Order: sequence, then structure tokens, then C-alpha cells
Amino acid sequence: MSALAADRTAAPTSTGSTATRVLGAVALVGLAAVALFGLVISPPDAELGETIRILYMHVPTVSVAYLAFVITAVASVAYLWKRTEFWDLLAASSAEVGVVFFALTIFNGMMWGKVTWGVFWRWEPRLVTTTVLFLTYIGYLVVRSIPTEPRTRGTVSAVIGIMAVVNIPITHKAVDWWRGLHQSRTVLGTVDPEMQGSQLFTTYLSLTAFMVLFAWLLVHRFRLAWLGERAAEQGLEAALADRRAEGQTSGSAGPAGGGATA
Amino acid sequence: MSTNAYIAIAWAVTFAVIALYAAWIVRRGRELSRRVPEEDRRWM
Amino acid sequence: MGRTLRDAALLAAKDLRLERRAKVALGQMLPFALLVLLLFAFALDPDRGVLERATSGLFWVTVLFTAVLAVQRAFAVEVDDGVLDALRLSGIAPAAVFLGKVGALVVELVVLEVVLGLGVAVLYDARLEGWGLLAVVAAAATVGIAAAGASYGLLAARLRQGSSLLPLLLLPLLAPVLIAATRGSDVALGRETGSGWPWAALLGVFAVAYLVLGTVLFRPLLEET
Repeated sequence: MSALAADRTAAPTSTGSTATRVLGAVALVGLAAVALFGLVISPPDAELGETIRILYMHVPTVSVAYLAFVITAVASVAYLWKRTEFWDLLAASSAEVGVVFFALTIFNGMMWGKVTWGVFWRWEPRLVTTTVLFLTYIGYLVVRSIPTEPRTRGTVSAVIGIMAVVNIPITHKAVDWWRGLHQSRTVLGTVDPEMQGSQLFTTYLSLTAFMVLFAWLLVHRFRLAWLGERAAEQGLEAALADRRAEGQTSGSAGPAGGGATA
Repeated sequence: MSTNAYIAIAWAVTFAVIALYAAWIVRRGRELSRRVPEEDRRWM
Repeated sequence: MGRTLRDAALLAAKDLRLERRAKVALGQMLPFALLVLLLFAFALDPDRGVLERATSGLFWVTVLFTAVLAVQRAFAVEVDDGVLDALRLSGIAPAAVFLGKVGALVVELVVLEVVLGLGVAVLYDARLEGWGLLAVVAAAATVGIAAAGASYGLLAARLRQGSSLLPLLLLPLLAPVLIAATRGSDVALGRETGSGWPWAALLGVFAVAYLVLGTVLFRPLLEET
């Protein structure tokens, strides 16, 4: 046993691996660079002023969130088709990471709004759409947390994942039209290609760093989900074994006396 | 509060939430790895 | 294809017949809907024109809330009597089961909307101008609500505590329907300028999308685990 522990191919004791360590290192360096460029080096924007620095956080988080939900939708379709645990757990893991980044997107949007408009909330199309979608995926996570047969849970979640993603463009259009006619175009959430050199660079740098970070988080979260399923199975096995053991001991102490145990 | 304060909060909260989430995932991963028997620890 | 539609019609007719006997829609949902209208009137002072301006929105919000009840009811019947298993084994195409549910829900919602519409006209003193647009908007919205509702209704029926989750799942999904139906109705009622037809088109897209999705996804949802 101890020889095995020293063996290089011994079972891992965490969700980390060489791949994730590389990803993690790159992400950390990238984020440090983003902080340097975003907060110090790049100049304030001509139109937006210093608030563009909030957008350096806001744009990547919303991009990661959308990517995460697309992954959830694709994995959901794959799950309904192939019915393997891999796709189910990938869909769920991606959804959770997506919700975290969506929440950050809304928060950053509120910070931007407070500085720019003086209020934390305004019925601005993107903020409203994001919030509706946020609620949709919260529903997804709530459904996943209900103790259910894995296959039922997987099927139900997959259906929600697919329906939710189809709703994204429809909701976008509806909210845009709802607000678009009465308000001037906002820059929130868009990458303006006429941005000055270092600002554009910072934006793309931030996007890249966050995508690497997303990859790191997704891999770890997926592995965690995998371990969770294994632990749950094992827990079930242990409970069944306990019950059987109980049954045997009470059987041997029963009125039939020295008869064979069950 | 000044503009810079809001910028600082935005960045700080973003990094903090991500760091806490990452820490939770890793820590929980270690816990579960301990509980699960060796042969099951390899994911695909 | 023809057989699917015929089965769907039969199932819808069955649901509606059950409904006529049980009178849940009439007895519970309509009073609920009218009550919501009244409550809004209490909350928003009727003399200050707020109700008048908000008529479309309040109408559609009420329809949405009542629709959640209708969907819960539509599937409670199946789950209670183990009808789901019977349907599964009967060889009827899942698509037919879905379309049957959609059909029954559409009929119930249309009745609701007509009664509610009268209620709104009387209580909020609304006046109707664009009949055609209003009919199209209401039709498209209703089909969309029924399609999304039928899908999520079965989904919630498969889960423990599912029926209490239904509002959380269904209502965010229906947000664009609420926006589009309200704006389209406002144009039809002469409360807003511009064309209401883009809104009707958006509602049509939603309805088609969720009819297709529901038809395809009903099979995995219905299957046994």
C-alpha cells in the first residue's frame, strides 16, 4: 500500500493535475497583467472616463458566462443523445460557473451604473436581460440540488439548459426593442473597436485571462462533480451494507435461536 | 463615494468572489478525494 | 403525422372533458385571475390614471400567474392517477401527448383571456381599437405560453417538490412574452404609437420555437428512469 502511495500513478488526492497547474499559473499571470494594465497603465477613456476600468471586469465576466451557458446547452443536447455521465456533469458544472460569473456581471454593471447614472439600477436592456437569464439559470441550479434519480435529474436539467439558451436571443430582442426606442445607445457591454490602442489591448488581455481562468475553474468543478457522484454512490453502498449487517445480527438473535442466519 | 472607490470595489469583489469560489472547489475536491476509494478517483 | 395530430386532439378533448366535470378552471382559476385584477386596482389608486396606463401589463401579468396554475393543474391530474405511466406504455407518440396538453391549455387560456378582457374593460375602463393586432398578439402569446408551460409542466411533474418550482422555472422563461404581449396590446389599445406587428412577430417566433422544442423534448421527459 505505501509503495503504491509513492508510485507516480497513484490515485490523485485532489482535483488538481499537471494540466490544471499550468492553466492556473497562466491565469494568475494573466490576471496580474490585467490588473497592471487595467488599473495603472491604460489611460481613462475619452467618453467613459475612469469607468472604463470597470468594463475591463464587466466585459470578460459576461463573455465567460455566455460561453458557459452555451457549453451547458451543447452538453445538454449531447447528454440527451449519448446519456453518459460526462455530458451531464459537464453541463451542470458549466452552468454553475456561468451563474457565478453572471452574478459578478450584474454586480459590476451596478457599480458602473452608480458612477455613470448615479443609481445602481436602471431599466437598461442588457442589465434586465442579464437578470432574467440569471434567474433562469438559478432555476437550473435549484433543480440540480433536488435529490433525484441521476437520470431524471440529468434529463430535466438538460431540457432546462436547452430551453434557456434558446430564450437568450428572444429575450435580448424583446428587451432591446422595449428600451431601445426611448434611450440613447449605451456602451455597456460592447467592445468599441475605435478604442485607443492600450484600452483595446487591455480589453482583449482581460478576455483572454478570464477565458483561461474559466477553463481552470471548469476542469476543477467538473472533477469535483465527478467525485461527488462517486462519493454519493459509495455512501449509498455503505448504507445498504449497514442495513444488511443489521438484518443479520437481529436475525441471529431472533426467537428461532441457533438456526442459520439470513 | 468617489469613482475610484467604485472601481476598486468592482475589481476587489470580482477577484474575491472568484478566489473564494476556486478555494471552495479545491478544498471540497480534496475532502471528497479522501472519502472516495482509490480506484474511483480517476475521472475519465 | 396525421395520427399524431389526431391523438393530440383526442388527448386535448379528454383534458377538456375532465376540466368541464371538475370545473377547476371555472371554479378556481377565473376567480383567482379576477381577484388579482382587483388587488392591482386596490394597490394602484384607480383615480389617478395609473391603472389605465398599466392595463396591458396588468392583464398579461395576471394571465401569466393564472397560466402557472393552469399548467400545474394540467399535470397534477396525470401524476395523481399514474396516467403518465399509462401514456408511456400506450404507444401514443410523446409529441401527441405534448400537443394535446398544449391544445387543452390554449383553450383554457383563451377562455381566461376573454373573461379577463371583459373584466379589464369594465374595471379599468379600457377601450379597444386594433382588433386584428390584438387578436394576433393574444393568439401568439397564448400558444407560446401553452407550449413553454406544457414542457415545464411535465418537467416539474417528474421532480419532487416540482410544482412549487414551476413558477421559478416558467416565469423567467416567459419574460419576453410578457414584454412583447404588453407592448403589442398597448399599440392595439391605442396607448402607444408605432407598429405593434414586430411584437406580434416576436411572439410568433417564441411560439414556434417552444412548440418545436416541446415536441422534440417531450420524449426524453416522458420516459421512464
